[in-house]
Amino acid sequence: MNEQQLKQLVEAAIFAATEAVTVDNLLQGALAGYKLNRPRVRQIIDELMADYSDRGVQLVEVASGYRFQTRAELGPALANMWQERAPKYSAALLETLALIAWRQPITRGEIEAVRGVSVSTNIIRTLQERDWVKVVGHKEVPGRPALYATTKAFLDYFSLQSVADLPALAVTRPELSSDPAAPSAQPDDTDNDGDTRERDADKAILH
Amino acid sequence: MQQQQSLPLGFVRGEPVLEKPENLYIPPDALELLLDAFSGPMDLLLYLIRREKLDILDLPILAIIRQYMAYVEMMRELKLELAADYLVMAAMLAEIKSRLLLPRPPSDETDEDDPRAELVRRLQEYEIVRQGAYELDQQPQQERDFFVANALAQVQASQAAPVEVGLDELVVALRAVMQQIDVSQHHQVSREVLSTRERMSQILDRLQQTPKLEFTQLFVQQEGRAGAVVSFLAILELNKEGMLRLIQAENFSTIYVHVGYVHEGAATSDGETHEAIADE
Repeated sequence: MNEQQLKQLVEAAIFAATEAVTVDNLLQGALAGYKLNRPRVRQIIDELMADYSDRGVQLVEVASGYRFQTRAELGPALANMWQERAPKYSAALLETLALIAWRQPITRGEIEAVRGVSVSTNIIRTLQERDWVKVVGHKEVPGRPALYATTKAFLDYFSLQSVADLPALAVTRPELSSDPAAPSAQPDDTDNDGDTRERDADKAILH
Repeated sequence: MQQQQSLPLGFVRGEPVLEKPENLYIPPDALELLLDAFSGPMDLLLYLIRREKLDILDLPILAIIRQYMAYVEMMRELKLELAADYLVMAAMLAEIKSRLLLPRPPSDETDEDDPRAELVRRLQEYEIVRQGAYELDQQPQQERDFFVANALAQVQASQAAPVEVGLDELVVALRAVMQQIDVSQHHQVSREVLSTRERMSQILDRLQQTPKLEFTQLFVQQEGRAGAVVSFLAILELNKEGMLRLIQAENFSTIYVHVGYVHEGAATSDGETHEAIADE
């Protein structure tokens, strides 16, 4: 198999996959019959990305792998192809989502403490239905409230590779130097520097 | 303007205030709009602080609480249920103010327990979340800014798809079944209730054992017209739901019934019962 055929195969595999694919997916799938190592596959992907850089469709890396998607600038024009408008998310929903992304794993009560308003069930339901947020465990306090965390689907949807891509959320929680017994003070080990779930999931499953 | 105009309304950070700030008054109609604009009491509080160009770290509680209460009062007049969350915030502001007014015990020299500290921290925290939400909204967003592109993989291109069975041919096939029944018809008087849903289950069951059956094999002669109709309805229904496929090699040849995509339990769901009355 020559260089060009290899590139075609990788391109076709990513295009034909219904979800974003990782290098490992490729090595175990379409490329299983060929002796290739990871750097080699990555190099092929890089070349493809360069090839596509000035096209209407682009090869991009998102949190869960590589996928083809249309250029962001074309969004408004493409939106006219469909009857329904793009969903518009309320400030309350986006704040809740941002808060979960920043302080995950987080309970509903903690979300309410920061936002100063009760969390509507609708918002949590919407976030879960969209598969942006999931319950990763339960906090071992009375009532065992669910701990929410964001998913890779969330990162993919908002073109993020990690929560830290949002500068505002890359900071740590403001400290309250005095008053350690503040009602909202949590066992605050949210080192939100990185990837959204794997690590946090370990932390969350305490029971 | 008039210097001799007497007492100032109050002092804000040592500066006398002579006139009422104009922007304190909000027309009541604007409130509903306003409430839509704020996602909660923290949002409102942050807005008030920003509008007055105040420093979060040096919160003048009195100025804030006055403005805040003006909003809450309006909410109350409009009987907005939402006011509850806002009232909690008002109570908290009032508590902070009252603690600031109380003389401190002389022993308590440390200034670390400024009652504003917790509120300040919460405001800072909320500001981060708000900014985070804003940045999130600015991100290229699927369905709004970009769409995922996919290509169809031509994996089974070599296999020609079987010819789809049209309604006409189904009718012809049914007629053949009916004729068979007419020929071997016995006189029956009993009433029978045949359930289409149940028949669907039976057909699916048979297809589980034999994935491919001839169309006519699914009809039981003894059941007469009514039975044939119920079976036919069941086949149509199953076909519509994609649980079986009707296939024939070419026009007017034998129609075969194939298992389609089988969903567990889909066929056994309780459904309406078609009553069919065996001919009287």
